[in-house]
Amino acid sequence: MTSNPAIAANTRPWRDPSAKPFISIKNITKRFGDFTAVNDVSLDIYRGELFCLLGGSGCGKSTLLRMLAGFETPTSGQIIIDGQDMARVTSDKRPTNMMFQSYALFPHMSVEKNVAYGLLREGKSKAEAYARVAEMLKLVKLESFARRKPHQLSGGQRQRVALARALIKQPKLLLLDEPLGALDKKLREETQFELIRIQESLGVTFIVVTHDQDEAMTLATRIGVMSDGVIQQVGEPREIYETPNTRFVADFIGSVNLFEGQIGPGAGDVMRVDTEDLGPVTAPAMRGLTQGQKIWLAMRPERVWMTREVPPDGVNTVPALVLDMGYVGHMSSYRVQLANGRVLRVTQANEGRRDNPITWDEQVQLSFDPPDFRVLTQ
Amino acid sequence: MSAAAPRFAPTVGLVSGLGILAAMAGLGWLMLPTNVATVLSALIGLALVAFVLGRLVGWSDRWMVIAIPLLWFLVFFLVPFFVLGRISLSEAIIARPPYSPLWETAPDGSIEILASLQNYAFILGDSLYRNAYLSSIQVAGISTIFALLIGYPIAYYIARAEEPKRSILLLMVILPFWTSFLLRVYAWIGFLRREGVINNILMWSGLIDEPLVMMQTPGAVYVGIVYTYLPFMILPLYATLVKLDGALLEAAGDLGASPMVTFFTITLPLSMPGIVAGSMLVFIPALGEYVIPALLGPSDMLMIGRTLWDEFFSSRDWPVASSVAIIMLILVVLPIMWLQSVQNRQEQR
Repeated sequence: MTSNPAIAANTRPWRDPSAKPFISIKNITKRFGDFTAVNDVSLDIYRGELFCLLGGSGCGKSTLLRMLAGFETPTSGQIIIDGQDMARVTSDKRPTNMMFQSYALFPHMSVEKNVAYGLLREGKSKAEAYARVAEMLKLVKLESFARRKPHQLSGGQRQRVALARALIKQPKLLLLDEPLGALDKKLREETQFELIRIQESLGVTFIVVTHDQDEAMTLATRIGVMSDGVIQQVGEPREIYETPNTRFVADFIGSVNLFEGQIGPGAGDVMRVDTEDLGPVTAPAMRGLTQGQKIWLAMRPERVWMTREVPPDGVNTVPALVLDMGYVGHMSSYRVQLANGRVLRVTQANEGRRDNPITWDEQVQLSFDPPDFRVLTQ
Repeated sequence: MSAAAPRFAPTVGLVSGLGILAAMAGLGWLMLPTNVATVLSALIGLALVAFVLGRLVGWSDRWMVIAIPLLWFLVFFLVPFFVLGRISLSEAIIARPPYSPLWETAPDGSIEILASLQNYAFILGDSLYRNAYLSSIQVAGISTIFALLIGYPIAYYIARAEEPKRSILLLMVILPFWTSFLLRVYAWIGFLRREGVINNILMWSGLIDEPLVMMQTPGAVYVGIVYTYLPFMILPLYATLVKLDGALLEAAGDLGASPMVTFFTITLPLSMPGIVAGSMLVFIPALGEYVIPALLGPSDMLMIGRTLWDEFFSSRDWPVASSVAIIMLILVVLPIMWLQSVQNRQEQR
């Protein structure tokens, strides 16, 4: 199988305002009694995407996925897949397949019977179905395990059987519920790229639900961050990380130092923000703000400059004391305390074998480069 | 998921089947002119000695753990079984005990063996016993099928019900055990007899003019057996169905299976251990059932339980009765051993 050139040509259809979405979720709400699991969510997903729904447990991401699969009926709203309204289509008739978090492999059937199940339900002949099964098992590198029962497989192998079983009907949309959740760290990293390889070679649209931000960042073409039944932000991984639009997103993806402050007078590209922790600082100007308005400045730990001396060209420089440091290998993570007692997280890349890294109980200077601040209004 | 269940299922069947037979055998054993207390205390003493010796010699603790069930098995099954087997080889005589010894010592010191298999030859050659066995197997088999057909949807419904409804439904299944089995069978007479509840309702509603004859029919026996043993079918079925992962059913639906196809390809095969266990628990006691046919059935209905009773208490032919019991034991044990080996082979595959 070769990669689909049509997808390679336009890898970012969401940036094209005239592009037609493949899956349209329109004002979907799902209530269980008094509890609103999914609250008025609208989302467009394009053909060939690998879209990640990211959020903590109970944020409504799985419920949204289950509504796409047809296991739950939306309380209100509409789901359109490839131009077809799914309201009256039951799960067994939908052009979607799901890979379950628990894999849900049929324990009484061998690997090949599990994988063939979907095709046989379509009324395909046994010969045809098992020829496709052999092809599919080759794709997931399980040819020699066809006769095994699920309980005779390792976690990683089961995961691949579940993937093969979900893909064999060539669904328009594959839904994956925490596809890597049950694997250990090393295997998970390998499998991430395996998943991308398979997705690209088949050109199937994937929607992945995960609580693991690293997984979402690695896998996704775009990420939708969910909390409390609402999609907080949709964007490419880099957008989500670099320009989060709420404190929740900034905090959920990676770690962040947040400073509350009020807008002071501004001029041109920069504005002054009066913060309690850092005092008055210079931040990038943002349209639509008024003087005196309460905002938050977000700064990633790795963007904070930490030096022993006050840097000559430094702006927004404050003194601090190193409380703690942790050596992680490729970087070191610090907890530093400002004069008012506030503790910040700072990381520094370990690029060379520096003979004299900053360590415990040292007095340091922290510098915050204005463009690295992200101004958040909510 | 159900790795332990299939092995468990026939074991339950085996144990309950053996238990019933052991009880029958025990009946004979208690009547023996042996001092029961002596035998029991001797056995317990033996076990204690074995325990202490085992400790000294250094037997593994695993043996110690199974010593009590082993002893139970020995005292309440194996010993009565051998007593039964011994009686089945004798001849009925009018004496106490009412069977002949296995050998006799002649005045000249020679030993004459009296034991023979003539009782077995008699039973296997007599169409009365053959018919009783066949009819018992038929009654037990049909009752098991009905219990399965009625019990499966009930078990399925309970397994799918939400708490606290599920607990209440389960309690309702177990509730009849609070009253005596005999009373419950008697209660059926109140329903089925000529002026019983069912006839009264049907007459009153005008559906029938003449009361239906329901008592003393084979139908009444089936009703009684299915009613009595239904909980034994429902409980193991419930136990396997409640463990069934709902995601499997969703996965089947997601792959294009209709609810009907999902049931036959996923639910039914995965509940097989429960079906086997439940069927054993109904079939085995139904096979030897005596009370229900005696109370509800026609007097000419041949069942092995009644034959056994008649031989023991009416004819006082203990040797023949013992042989009947042992043949029945073989009839029960062989299919169970076969089933168990089939299941073991399936598991290993």
